[in-house]
Amino acid sequence: MEPIIKIQHLNKEFRQKNTEVHALRDVCLEIQKGDIYGIIGMSGAGKSTLVRCLNFLERPSAGTVVIDGKDLSSLSDKELRDMRKDIGMIFQHFNLLMQRSVLGNVCFPMEIAGVKRSEAKKRALEYLKIVGLEDKVDAYPAQLSGGQKQRVAIARVLASDPKILLCDEATSALDPQTTKSILQLLKEINGKYGITIVVITHEMAVVQEICTHVAIIDQGNLVEHGTVEEIFLSPKSKEAKRLIYKGYENVSEMKGTRCIRIVFSENPAFEPVISNMALAFQAPVNILYANTRNLNGVAKGEMVLQLPEDEKLAENMVAWLKNARLSVEELENYVG
Amino acid sequence: MLDSKTIAMIIDGIGETLWMTCMSTLFGYIIGLPLGVVLTVTGADGIRQNPFVYKILDVITNLLRSVPFLILMITIRPLTRFIVGKSYGATATIVPLTVAAAPYIGRMVESSLKEVDRGVIEAAQSMGASVWEIICKVLIPEGRTSLVVNATIAMTTILGYSAMSGACAGGGLGDIALRYGYQRWQPKVLMVTVVLLVIMAQLIQMIGMFISRKIDRRRV
Repeated sequence: MEPIIKIQHLNKEFRQKNTEVHALRDVCLEIQKGDIYGIIGMSGAGKSTLVRCLNFLERPSAGTVVIDGKDLSSLSDKELRDMRKDIGMIFQHFNLLMQRSVLGNVCFPMEIAGVKRSEAKKRALEYLKIVGLEDKVDAYPAQLSGGQKQRVAIARVLASDPKILLCDEATSALDPQTTKSILQLLKEINGKYGITIVVITHEMAVVQEICTHVAIIDQGNLVEHGTVEEIFLSPKSKEAKRLIYKGYENVSEMKGTRCIRIVFSENPAFEPVISNMALAFQAPVNILYANTRNLNGVAKGEMVLQLPEDEKLAENMVAWLKNARLSVEELENYVG
Repeated sequence: MLDSKTIAMIIDGIGETLWMTCMSTLFGYIIGLPLGVVLTVTGADGIRQNPFVYKILDVITNLLRSVPFLILMITIRPLTRFIVGKSYGATATIVPLTVAAAPYIGRMVESSLKEVDRGVIEAAQSMGASVWEIICKVLIPEGRTSLVVNATIAMTTILGYSAMSGACAGGGLGDIALRYGYQRWQPKVLMVTVVLLVIMAQLIQMIGMFISRKIDRRRV
């Protein structure tokens, strides 16, 4: 299937006085229709620049962005504006029109699209109902909480009936509870309207919560990408490991000794694997860290174990765990 | 106190001053508003950057603003005579007042529009809004509180300039203050005109601030 977003050899440089900042280096990525694609990286990694290249708010220095079969660089100004109507965007700081009411904000994209006023109002009320703000129609953004403002922004995006929704750190200014509800709303929208969503974030939790796929970006380079499950079970790049192993930082003994990370998915979680192993080998293992994470609605358990010093015994244990169909990974090279 | 002839003259003066101030503000905005918009849009971080256009307008604006008002008034007399038919009196003074006010207003408008949150403009761009739509539906409506505050300041400044024009037979209260209060040394007339000018400036200020508060939706 032809991907809805196809990024090829994308480069972006910013010139600041005498220095050149390379924000993106040779980024290639394909996003399929209906995906919720997470793009994760530290601040300054270039993820915001990348998402702005997807609707040409930022023009790439080199490379192509093909949306729905159309190369954005080949479009005229007018064609680009029409294309942008198919690509909604929500922001960290919501970016609502402060002098317009909630209703006025949601009507805004329809005014631009030339929808009749009465029709626009009718549709705006429907969208506000979807995001659960039908009682705030006449309020002004200054009277709303952060979560409510983001809901208005989402209703405003829906009003242009987009094929793609870009979220630029859309939950970074919100508390965990509100973040969850906004992510839930985005997931609903993805399911109901089949809108492809690109989520820019620096939080692994956001990716785990809603994304189907994830790309990791570091210093302008796309270092790893794949389904969220693939990356979570066996991160390959240093940056991916750093993002996923976040939280192990307090485990100081981990350095220098033989540690492994195991991930339980579904069935094996019901078996007492660790105690079975300890009984089978008649040797103790130390549990350094354990957690369960919600990966797209599926609970995944992860655990960091310290194995006995004996090389042979440790290797047998790893083999035993792999045999039990667990994902096992050595953490030897990991430095927190 | 003052005799009835003087009172009638002062009342006429109030009318002339109001006429000059209001019309000059109006014409000043007819030129200054588009000027400010173009300066904002073509300037650095503008939505349609054009360093060439910006530089030209920037230089013209600075040039006009650096000419002292009285000198400007005398210099453009031929232009005033061409437009109004005479170079003295309240109506004629509207011409130099407008020429002096337009670049000033342009700068004020530029600074108001630059206050509009960059993110909101970006959001409008992401929705496919054109430059014209962003100007009419985002920049001006979102910057309106600051635009009104600055219009108030512009109007009081024009009021002050209009009084200054009395030095060249410009009409209005300033003219009366100079001819009767200063040249014929009638302190009472001088006092009354000054008090009236202060009251007028105060009223403009109050009304302007009231409107700007009234139209601001950013407060809860």
